[in-house]
Amino acid sequence: MSTPVTVSPTADVEESPFRRFLVQFRENRLAMAGLILMILLAIPAVAAPWIAPQNPYDIGSLDILDSQMPPGSVADVSGITYWLGTDSQARDVLSAVLYGMRTSLLVAFLSVTVSLLIGSTVGLCAAYFGGWLDALLMRIVDIQLSFPAILVALVMLSVLGQGLDKVIIALIVVQWAYFARTVRGTALVERNREYVLAARCLSLGWRRIIARHLLPNCLPPLIVIATIDLANAIALEATLSFLGVGVPVTQPSLGMLIANGFEFMLSGQYWISFFPGIALALAIVGINLVGDHLRDILNPRNAQ
Amino acid sequence: MRKKDRQVPVFIINRLFQAIGVILVMSVLVFVGLYLIGDPTSMLVSPEATEIERQALRKALGLDQSIWVQYLTFLGNAVHGDFGRSFLTGQPALQLIVERMPATVELVVVAMTFSVVVGVPLGILAGLRPKAPSSKAIMTGSILGFSLPNFWIGLMLIMLFAVYLGILPASARGETVNVGPVALSILTLDGWRHLALPALTLGLAKAALIIRVTRAATREVLPMDYIKFARAKGLRPSRILNVHLLKNILIPIVTVAGLEFGQAIAFAVVTESVFSWPGMGKLLIDSIITLDRPVVVAYLVMMVFFLVILNLVIDILYMAIDPSAREKVRD
Repeated sequence: MSTPVTVSPTADVEESPFRRFLVQFRENRLAMAGLILMILLAIPAVAAPWIAPQNPYDIGSLDILDSQMPPGSVADVSGITYWLGTDSQARDVLSAVLYGMRTSLLVAFLSVTVSLLIGSTVGLCAAYFGGWLDALLMRIVDIQLSFPAILVALVMLSVLGQGLDKVIIALIVVQWAYFARTVRGTALVERNREYVLAARCLSLGWRRIIARHLLPNCLPPLIVIATIDLANAIALEATLSFLGVGVPVTQPSLGMLIANGFEFMLSGQYWISFFPGIALALAIVGINLVGDHLRDILNPRNAQ
Repeated sequence: MRKKDRQVPVFIINRLFQAIGVILVMSVLVFVGLYLIGDPTSMLVSPEATEIERQALRKALGLDQSIWVQYLTFLGNAVHGDFGRSFLTGQPALQLIVERMPATVELVVVAMTFSVVVGVPLGILAGLRPKAPSSKAIMTGSILGFSLPNFWIGLMLIMLFAVYLGILPASARGETVNVGPVALSILTLDGWRHLALPALTLGLAKAALIIRVTRAATREVLPMDYIKFARAKGLRPSRILNVHLLKNILIPIVTVAGLEFGQAIAFAVVTESVFSWPGMGKLLIDSIITLDRPVVVAYLVMMVFFLVILNLVIDILYMAIDPSAREKVRD
């Protein structure tokens, strides 16, 4: 987009919605808190291999004598402090949480991105072409959405088996329909606007009209759904892993860490489940605070 | 008018055929999908068993037939309520599920009742005064309620009430009383103590949703002329609330509560696993993990059947209560 635009008034008009959006977003302290929380959790999770005190999946670095130590204990041999305690296999809970968050975020981010691509393609095509294609696609979406997400995911996983890639596939199957329905709804309205008619009159190809004209104008609701869906994906993945049908033991997510500590919780060793649980809740709440406020800003009904 | 009257039965018949189609398609998907996982005979025979013994077992279970023959046999039997026998216990799969059903239904009914009793008043409150701090607190709380995973809420409740305070049990069903063939927990004090945490776990998430629906409906109804008119007539605020408002927000609440009932039965899978509640959801998870195919297939087909019927009933009820929905069908 580096075409030399010399007329400044149009540039101003084009820039102002984004700037207004930034100003509006900053007004809400709760949403800003959510955003800061998201960043504070994401950075250490991504950087886990470099900043975690211990690699919790390197068996050699674990000292079995240090198992089930309460938070704040100091290791006998290596001298590192287990700030959040250790689990039954002497893993440092803090390190496990950092690695677990990494897995959780990876699964959620990948599945939401792919579902967004599939869902918005389906939704845009259904709205643009209409007719039998629209009817068929939306019937499939309706039927899928009438089944609870957890059941669809359980069926997918009991068919596919365990594994990180399988969890991602199951989450994509669960989520694409939400995107398809949302995008179709917006695109149906946008399709009859003048700019689309103008583009058609210029006999531009349908691919170009959909990608360059229709899609950018369907973005606001798409951003909202994608944000909130990120939290839903984290929650659903955690649930599946908690039930024991999600990620493999070698790459535990927060959900699996919680499940591992569950049996020790009743005997008072709360930290093995509790800290992964807190990390999970903070991530979900942070994303939801941001998403909820985005919905308020980007909803044209509220803007008026 | 005549045309409109004819539209409704056509709609119902259409949906009925669609429902049967969905059930058939789902039964094929579930069956074919689950056919691909693992070889159940490897779990049933001892490792020392000879190949001949394995073959005999495969034959006894019908696993030596082609997949389509297996499916058609399965479908034919399913129509008669026969979903095969559990690979593990040898009991009929349907009987296993039906035995566990009362525990699940009891849990879900208590949870849904809780969510409506708590959710509707809070939702109306938040809708009447959207700017008040209390309303903002309610709405923020409801975000937490439906975005935090079910098992997490259960975990925290266990930590607080079972481990820290030590006043409520964290697992199993407690004392039950038999009413006919059905064992119920809600008739004993011990049963209620065991029911409290799982029902609260399941109910909190649903209450959060009911709050949001009620608030949205309240805000939509409040500016209507009939409310203004009732106010102008000088009716007491409590009467406006209980008669004019409540009657009109009832439709979306009933619709959502109905749909959520189906969701709650499905999400009971998670709650039951956390609390070792002996319902059919726990049975499903156990069966998935042990590859007990007949039980998984029977559960899923029954759930699909139940959800499709539930959706159909809600659609029809919705059309019966709300005339404007009937208009929409024609478009």
